[in-house]
Amino acid sequence: MTAGPTAQLPAEPPADRLDDTDRRLIRATQAGLPAGPAPFDTVADDLGLPVAEVLERFRRLLAAGVIRRIAAVPNHYRLGYTANGMSVWEVPADRVDEAGRQFAALPWVSHCYRRPADPPDWPYTLFAMVHARSRGEVEALVAEMAAFLGDRCRSHAVLYSTRILKKTGFRLTA
Amino acid sequence: MTATTNTAAANTAAETLDAVDRALVNRLQDGIAVERRPFAGIAADLALSEEEVAGRVAALVGRGVLSRFGPMVHAERLGGGLTLAALAVPADDFDRVAAIVNGFPEVAHNYARQHALNMWFVVATERPDRVDTVLRAIAQATGLPVRNFPKLAEYTLDLRFRA
Repeated sequence: MTAGPTAQLPAEPPADRLDDTDRRLIRATQAGLPAGPAPFDTVADDLGLPVAEVLERFRRLLAAGVIRRIAAVPNHYRLGYTANGMSVWEVPADRVDEAGRQFAALPWVSHCYRRPADPPDWPYTLFAMVHARSRGEVEALVAEMAAFLGDRCRSHAVLYSTRILKKTGFRLTA
Repeated sequence: MTATTNTAAANTAAETLDAVDRALVNRLQDGIAVERRPFAGIAADLALSEEEVAGRVAALVGRGVLSRFGPMVHAERLGGGLTLAALAVPADDFDRVAAIVNGFPEVAHNYARQHALNMWFVVATERPDRVDTVLRAIAQATGLPVRNFPKLAEYTLDLRFRA
C-alpha cells in the first residue's frame, strides 16, 4: 500500500479545540435532533444550557467544519436508489488525482476517494460511488466513465450493495 | 430523531412519498439554519405550519425514509480516525459475522456487496490511533483478515439524493 506524493488530505484542526460542552452537544444530537419545531431549545433544556449558547456553539462547529451540516440523511434505498455500485478503478498513481477530480464532477457520483491498492487481488486506487434506480442504469454510467478514462484505467469493477447491514453514522462514544 | 430499524424489507421497498415529503427530503438534505425556529422558512415556502414540518420530519425518520435528521459530524475534523475496511466472509457465516462487526460501536456503516470481498464497513473512532486497534479486534472476533482501505484523498464531499 503506497500513498503517492500527490495524495492530499486537508490539514485537520486538532480535536482539543472542542471543549467538553461541545462534546456533550454532539453526543446529545448525533443520533438525531429532538423532534419538534424548536429542536435547539429542546437540546438546551435537556443539557441545562442557555439556548443562545447552544446556537452559538453549533454555529461555531459548523464554521469549523467539525459538523458538515445539520440535515436529513436519507436512506437512499427507500427513495428508489436501489442500485448502488461502488465502482473501483485501477488508475496509475500519476493520473489518479486528475481522474478523481473529473469523476467527482459527474452528477451521478456521490463520493469519490483515492485509497491504497492492496495487491495482488486489489489493484484499484480510485473509488467512486454510483447511485441509480437500476443496475442497467449503473452499468451504462460506469461504461461512460470507463470510456472517459480510456487508457488511463487498466481495469475496473463494480461492487453492488445488496443490503445495508448498519447505518448509524459517526458517533462519539466515550 | 433516529431510525432504529434497518430491516431487509425497509432497505428494499421504495417509498411512495407525497409532493410535500419529497420537497422536505430534498430541501432538508441541504441543512437547516441554526436558529431557534429552523423550520420557519421551509414551512412558509410549503404553506405548512412549523409543527407540521417537524411532524413530517419525525414521521420520515420513523418510517426509515430518513436514516436520521441531525448534525453530520466530520470525524477527522473532530480529531478522530476513519477508514473503509472489507472482509471476505463465507456465505453461510455471513449473518453471524455481520452481527459481530455491527456490534462494534465504532462501525458507522456496513454494507453487503457482491464481490469476493463481500462486507464493507466504515470504522470511525474518536482518536486516530484507535482505528488500528478496532480493526485488529474485528479480525480477532471474526477470525477473518481485515482489509484496510484508508482514504488518501477525497474528491467530493456532498451527497444529495433527489426524492
